[in-house]
Amino acid sequence: MLKKIVILLFVTCFACFNTVFAAESGGMPQLNPEFWISQIFWLIITFGILFIVLTKVILPKISDNLETRKSQILENIETADKQKEESQKKIDEYEKIILDSKLKAKSYFNEAREKILDDINKKRAALEKDLDEEIGEVEKELSDLKNKSGEKINKIAAETSAELIKELIGEEVNSSSIAAIVEDQSKIKRERKDV
Amino acid sequence: MASNPMYQFNVYRIGPEIKLGSVDISFTNASLFMVISSLAILIIFNLGAKKKTLIPDKLQLLSELSYSFVAKMISDTAGSKAKPYFSFIFSLFMFVLFCNMFGMIPYAFTVTSHIIVTFVLAAFIFVGVTIIGFMKHGLGYLKLFVPSGVPMVLLPLIVIIEIISYLSRPISLSVRLFANMMAGHTMMKVFGGFVISLGIVGGWLPLSFSVALTGLEILVAFLQAYVFAILTCIYLNDALNLHH
Repeated sequence: MLKKIVILLFVTCFACFNTVFAAESGGMPQLNPEFWISQIFWLIITFGILFIVLTKVILPKISDNLETRKSQILENIETADKQKEESQKKIDEYEKIILDSKLKAKSYFNEAREKILDDINKKRAALEKDLDEEIGEVEKELSDLKNKSGEKINKIAAETSAELIKELIGEEVNSSSIAAIVEDQSKIKRERKDV
Repeated sequence: MASNPMYQFNVYRIGPEIKLGSVDISFTNASLFMVISSLAILIIFNLGAKKKTLIPDKLQLLSELSYSFVAKMISDTAGSKAKPYFSFIFSLFMFVLFCNMFGMIPYAFTVTSHIIVTFVLAAFIFVGVTIIGFMKHGLGYLKLFVPSGVPMVLLPLIVIIEIISYLSRPISLSVRLFANMMAGHTMMKVFGGFVISLGIVGGWLPLSFSVALTGLEILVAFLQAYVFAILTCIYLNDALNLHH
């Protein structure tokens, strides 16, 4: 396939050269001076008109148009830059405000929290103190009561027994002996209860 | 004769013979395509320059892009001093470009494939640049032929070479454009002829060549117009800013 193409190319080139050389014998129309003056004349006229019209009419318009566009674009860019700056400023302000208010909110929150915590702590401490005091008092009372109740009971029992004996017998009995008896009796009762 | 690849370059009279004295200035097919190219440029750019909207439409964009393209080309090669010559270089570039491009239309005539047309343009540029150079620098413009930092022994030789290269500018400028256009169109004609002569069996290869060549020739048409314009800018730069 490649060989074929190369051969074809070669043949084509050969034929090409042949044709060109054959044409050479006919001469180049470019070197025939018959119409040279005419070509120069018309070239000067057409190119001259083209040059004059382009210079005087068309190119200034295009240049004007480009100039106005350039200035307009520059203006627009300037305004855009200005507006961008302004908006940046506003954004900064906005962010500052947001930050400030965030900080403020935080500080308010912290303050309130501390206040409440303080309050709670104070109240709790007071309450605990009160409670402790009351509990102490009550415990003291209880222990007092406990301590006293045995003696009192014994005393009451001895007095009651003495009165009873007095009523029954009609004479006074030595109170200390009665107390000893009552004590013995209560001991026995207690032991029974325990059993 | 139509199969002759050079036949397309024939100039013939359209309409009556016009004579100015003894000189024949008849309207020919070459003149017709010069007029068509100039008119096309004027119409397109006039339409492009007409509307003045902030957001350009297609024609306006085309004309404005061409404007800034040529403006950038000039300021890059010849600096800010070349601004007064902008409109000339713009016209030159557009004229050569449109003549080249109209030549790409089948059966159209390529104005720039004639040495006399390109030579007149190049000679005008050469004379103009030389005049500008002498007007700006006086006889100091001759320093262009004396490069600095050359040993005294070599100086005469260098000066002769510089003068020859300066004088050959219009020839190289015109022949470059003319030869490119002529060779390209001849090649396309030859390959087109092969498509016919090889027929449906073997005609596909030259046909594909022809298609590829058309793309190449459009590129060359643009490139040669660009080269023509940029070389003009470079010559102008030599005349405006004498660096030697």
